[in-house]
Amino acid sequence: MIAFDYRTPGSLEEVYADLKEAGSDGKIIAGGTALVIMMKQQLVQPSCVISLRNVSGLSDISENNGSVHIGGLVSHAHLDASDVVQGKLPVLGATYHHVATQRVRTMATVGGGLAHADPNQDPPPTFIALGASFELGSAGGSRSVAAEDFFSDYYETVLEPEEIVTGVSVPLMAANSGAAYLKFLPRSADDYATVSAAAVVTLDAAKSTIQDVRIAMGSVNTTPVRATASEDVLRGQPVKAEGLREAGEKAKEHTDPVSDFRGSGSYKTQMAAVFVRRALEAAIANAS
Amino acid sequence: MDKKIKFRVNGTEHELEVPTNRLLVDMLRYDLGLTGTKEGCSVGVCGACTVLIDGEMVSSCLALAVFADGRDVTTVEGLAQDGELHPVQQSFIRYGGFQCGICTPGQVVAAKALLDQNPRPNEEEIKDWMMGNLCRCTGYYKIIESIEKAHEFAK
Repeated sequence: MIAFDYRTPGSLEEVYADLKEAGSDGKIIAGGTALVIMMKQQLVQPSCVISLRNVSGLSDISENNGSVHIGGLVSHAHLDASDVVQGKLPVLGATYHHVATQRVRTMATVGGGLAHADPNQDPPPTFIALGASFELGSAGGSRSVAAEDFFSDYYETVLEPEEIVTGVSVPLMAANSGAAYLKFLPRSADDYATVSAAAVVTLDAAKSTIQDVRIAMGSVNTTPVRATASEDVLRGQPVKAEGLREAGEKAKEHTDPVSDFRGSGSYKTQMAAVFVRRALEAAIANAS
Repeated sequence: MDKKIKFRVNGTEHELEVPTNRLLVDMLRYDLGLTGTKEGCSVGVCGACTVLIDGEMVSSCLALAVFADGRDVTTVEGLAQDGELHPVQQSFIRYGGFQCGICTPGQVVAAKALLDQNPRPNEEEIKDWMMGNLCRCTGYYKIIESIEKAHEFAK
């Protein structure tokens, strides 16, 4: 790791000023679990590292106006243990519990993980399925980007160089909805997924028809992807095993996985269909 | 590029000028001589370098030394109090929670963090919490048993 200027601004305004001054040589650090590894491996060599550790106001989880707001500096462990998340969005807590190990979850932050944008991460598919939006801040103001529009390529996002993730807003689920996140882990429990799938299903009052559905997958493309082709065959249709199977098959239209030590590309595509179907089954079973 | 930081390790105040690219594990081992903390994988997977910052467990191989500024760091050297081993250390000895010992400092520090918030964890809770501390000798059964029975040594 090369030496760098380390800054600890105390407010977002100071963070933005430091980012502007550092230009493309500056990197934001929060928990450090991803960035420090990349710096040790010299994949990233910033001349200036700007820590968010002294910035207040980004570490809270709250609920108002029908959504849950999660500050960018909330740790994975804090989110997982949060009463608000466990009560209102248990699928999100369960998703974050799937990330690595307790020690990593203690260090890693929600905003940092999203900005890192590894396509194998657990939270993005769940955020996409829940219809979450990410709040991005810069000296010029703030903007909100839908989770499905945030990731642009392998480790790349729509974040501008002088912008940071300040928080996430997740709408509460409609009545008669259920959600699930499933992660295929053929190796070890703390690994990244071979494939993952998240589904949020809203049923009608009789629980026989799928009124609305959102499905997303991880580890099957250069970014987490929303499986709109799967959603299209389900919306307005009765809950039937055949329909869920077809939705799984349709998910393959959204996959273009790389072959690696977690499975060949074609295997991942086959498993994506299986895990989308299972995620739908679990979400429907959870619908209340 | 150096930075002056003030922090406590196992209750002792330190003030050091550290290079910004110094890792916490290296500062503990080489600047302070606290070699109980081990470095294994260097990428946050194995847990050998586990220490506590303000009571929360972290991988000291992924933490910059400057992260410790203003904080309380606890290493394996800080678990014993008044010359008496921490209950979880006594339990590791009694129930054979280690063989070669290289992972043990990380295991007992991680276990202490668990016991601090859950004094009587069950097997599932122990497995879930300790998943990030790898051991190549014991097959884990003795580690789990040692943590499960640590309460026997608590005062």
